[in-house]
Amino acid sequence: MKAKKAAFVASSLLIAGGLLTACGSDNNGGNASGTAAPTAENSASGSNNGGKKVKLTAMVGNATDTQNIAKALIAAFEKKYPNITVEIELSPGGTEGDNLAKTKLATGDMSDVFFYNSGSLLQALNPEQNLVDLTNEPFQANIEDSFKQAVTYNGKVYGAPTQSTGTGGWFYNKKIYSDLGLSVPKTWEELMANVKKISEADSGIAPIIGTYKDTWTSQLIFLSDYYNVQASAPNFAADYTANKAKYATTPSALRSFEKMQDIVGYLNKDYLATNLDAGLKMLVEGKGAHYPMLSMIIPTILQNTPDKIDDIGFFAQPGDNADQNGLTVWMPGAVYVYKNTPHLEEALQFVNFVGSVEGMEAIATVSKPTGPYVVKGAEMPEDTPQAVKDMLPYFENGKNAPALEFLSPVKGPSLENITIQVGSGQIDALKAAQDYDKDVEKQAKQLGLSGW
Amino acid sequence: MSRSMKRLSLEAAAVILSILIFWIPLYFVLVNALKDAPGASELTISWPSTVHLWSNLKEVVIANDYMLLRAFYNSTLLTILSIVLMVMVCAMAGFIMHRRSDRLTPVIGFFVLAGLIIPPAIVPTIWVLDNLQLFKTMTGIVLVEVALGFPFGVILFRNFMGGIPREIDEAAIIDGCGGFRLFFRIILPLLKPVTATMIVTSSVSIFNDFVNPLYFFPGSENVTVQLTLYNFMSQYTTQYNLLFMNILVITVPLLILFLFFNNKIVSGMTAGSVKG
Amino acid sequence: MNKVMKRTYSYAFLLPAAVIYLIIFILPTIMSFFFSLTRWTLFDWEFIGFDNFVTFFQEASLSIGFKNTFIYAVVTCLLKVVIGLLLGVLLTSKIRTRGYLRSVVFFPTLVSTIAVGIAFSMMMHPTLGLINKALEAIGIPAVDWLGNPDLALFSVALTDVWKGVGFATVIYIAGIMSIPEQYYEALQIDGGNAFQKFRHIIVPLSRSATNTVIIFAFIGGLRSFDLIWSMTRGGPGYATDVIASIIYKQYQAGFYGLATAGNVILFVFVALLAFPLNYFLTRKEVDL
Repeated sequence: MKAKKAAFVASSLLIAGGLLTACGSDNNGGNASGTAAPTAENSASGSNNGGKKVKLTAMVGNATDTQNIAKALIAAFEKKYPNITVEIELSPGGTEGDNLAKTKLATGDMSDVFFYNSGSLLQALNPEQNLVDLTNEPFQANIEDSFKQAVTYNGKVYGAPTQSTGTGGWFYNKKIYSDLGLSVPKTWEELMANVKKISEADSGIAPIIGTYKDTWTSQLIFLSDYYNVQASAPNFAADYTANKAKYATTPSALRSFEKMQDIVGYLNKDYLATNLDAGLKMLVEGKGAHYPMLSMIIPTILQNTPDKIDDIGFFAQPGDNADQNGLTVWMPGAVYVYKNTPHLEEALQFVNFVGSVEGMEAIATVSKPTGPYVVKGAEMPEDTPQAVKDMLPYFENGKNAPALEFLSPVKGPSLENITIQVGSGQIDALKAAQDYDKDVEKQAKQLGLSGW
Repeated sequence: MSRSMKRLSLEAAAVILSILIFWIPLYFVLVNALKDAPGASELTISWPSTVHLWSNLKEVVIANDYMLLRAFYNSTLLTILSIVLMVMVCAMAGFIMHRRSDRLTPVIGFFVLAGLIIPPAIVPTIWVLDNLQLFKTMTGIVLVEVALGFPFGVILFRNFMGGIPREIDEAAIIDGCGGFRLFFRIILPLLKPVTATMIVTSSVSIFNDFVNPLYFFPGSENVTVQLTLYNFMSQYTTQYNLLFMNILVITVPLLILFLFFNNKIVSGMTAGSVKG
Repeated sequence: MNKVMKRTYSYAFLLPAAVIYLIIFILPTIMSFFFSLTRWTLFDWEFIGFDNFVTFFQEASLSIGFKNTFIYAVVTCLLKVVIGLLLGVLLTSKIRTRGYLRSVVFFPTLVSTIAVGIAFSMMMHPTLGLINKALEAIGIPAVDWLGNPDLALFSVALTDVWKGVGFATVIYIAGIMSIPEQYYEALQIDGGNAFQKFRHIIVPLSRSATNTVIIFAFIGGLRSFDLIWSMTRGGPGYATDVIASIIYKQYQAGFYGLATAGNVILFVFVALLAFPLNYFLTRKEVDL
């Protein structure tokens, strides 16, 4: 990026003595370009280290599941490569963790490898400057293209998957469905008819569970609708990124907000004070019929109420046409290699291990998949819950699409405020779409994307 | 109603109100710390059917390879070192800021009040620390805590100085005391009460600090107590029973400190507020 | 004397504090102010003049944010002054449970904000929460403390007062205890009652304590963020957004230049209110 001269002089003065030069690190970053990277195969013996133990550091989010996965992967990896040990550095999850990762990269203090999101959040890490290009690593041959897309920046691939895919859609309580004689909806109209029936049955059951206390959960109906957007407007992601398509002016995209408007009045009464945990409880106890959610919550249900898991079913968010019914998919997070790592060779061995069938098997020992794996040949375990198996048809017949955040770096930061406003009836769909377009424009400008 | 009856009923009312307003929220945390996970997620104040004191305590302590113990060590050391340094620099600065009045006074006052208002700039601070070879060191994070706590501390000390008569200084000067002897021999001992106040209030903010250690003192060995709360909170699951237990465990040291300094705080404030 | 003064009260005493404060706080702050004029991703930056300030002032929730910040600061500050003063009077009177009450009132100050936020948002839950259950038991209909946009800010403010009133009380206790006995004796001779004692002696003579409480509580209220964030995240909608939470959202989104510009604006806003207030309060004090 071109630094304006006057400003540069000003900052140099302020910084008083070239503090900026310290942003780099003492390590020789030059050899980390990834072009002459040794591969896992030719150095598995580790003989070029003269048998000396190498310690890698790995920054991992603090969520229990993420930690368990990292520990299982590391244990299996250390067994295979006894001369390497991997030490975990915890980071708080969520946005505080995102900022910590960026700060560490910007100040030259990142761990050798780190676990992080894929998709739009990765784009903000400035991968070309900070990460090792993994495009030509052997493990990439076995990775599904849909995932590679989510960890690609300017044509180069940077990550190895650290979990199965997840999906966004509608969980429902099967008992309520059979009690009221309902069938799984194939169109949005059918879904709303079911919702209405539950509401009119007046049994005290909330037709739809809203958990807006955890604000991010308010976005689910909007985000899970992306398959339907793409089915009607196949170029939406590219046009949207290039500032050519807008939510307010693309009818099939505006539908996503209209669906949020349709649910007003059908949520549980205290949806603004209910959190995710309470929402899950309502679902399994039959106090709520539907819950638009991510499949990543299945391990939580398994942990809290394992006996109730078979009462829960899942369907994709329906569109307006029954033939077009398909599923919106969330790509797993990934492990990345820091460009200035002094242990490039070992770090590459680690990512090659993670992105293999062996790696996925290690993960499966501690965390049940929430959708198919993106490593070819990695199978779901036998005891996978029914709600996950309900998703498989969508994968087998190709009726799925990644969520927009894995296709485009553009995602407005105020989305959850806007979805709460629509979902609680404070604003209508069109106003929401216009607000969101404005929010997105601000983000694109702040990130300096071209075309905005 | 007799006078003493009136007083007694007033006192009873105050005690009952204190129970309602202050004890119930604390009881809420305590009781949920004793439950199992499903019980705690209901978030009621009913007494648990089985008490999980030891099992919850054990889980909290061993979580992440005894992270809590390392965190206690780091946070305690950080708090003690910061407090010692902060008391020294704030006492000396407060002494001068109260006694001396010239053209610099409003400038200094501006910088101090500005420090109360502006939040710290994270990335530039890391650059500065890195250049001083202090990033990721205990010295570095101590200096950060002292710098950020300075405005509050110096205001306390300056106000307290108002309660120490200038005659004391003058008598000492006539006796031939220099500035340093005056301060260390005569003034500093008189500052004891406000020092106690500052120890308690600043210990709370440093011991409970989350953001500054997170950014300025990173590393797997360098965890602090507030970070341990995040062991039990994440996007998809929150284990409330362990979270509340963790909260209790990390509040106990402050509670002990407080009980120890309780009476001194008030006397520190007494003189401190003479000239607000 | 002047020469002696200068030598005795040497600026050398200020030196350690000044060095630490200037290098660790002031220098980075000035550097960061420069970045408020740039588009900054932490990895690189581009000078864009005052665009960030323009963008920040166009923020949808900003006018609500300014209003909320002001209301929050005034409400918490007033309540802390009034309740702190009354508690201060009570806890300096000769009651038997004085020691116990003093400890209890101060205790919430020790608990971390995250913990207070979680516990209170659970107790304020509209259907399951303890507060509503208690209200229902005595026949008062349930209140949606944090879900009602008109009420949420005040619910958070009340929690803030719960946590912070102990500090105000301690300052008042100290202020009241430092009032010389002669004043009370004089009043007794004149035959004044308890209210007159409060009105004519305690209130005016603990003014310096009031000033301390006002300055800390008001500036703290204007900057307040932790508790609001842990209880409502600025919601529902934008109903409890304050300037600091709007800044934090920009920071979360990775708009570092914009967040820095927000900090500059917050600084100016707080300074415009706090400096005159400080001047006004201390001037009055000299008049006494």
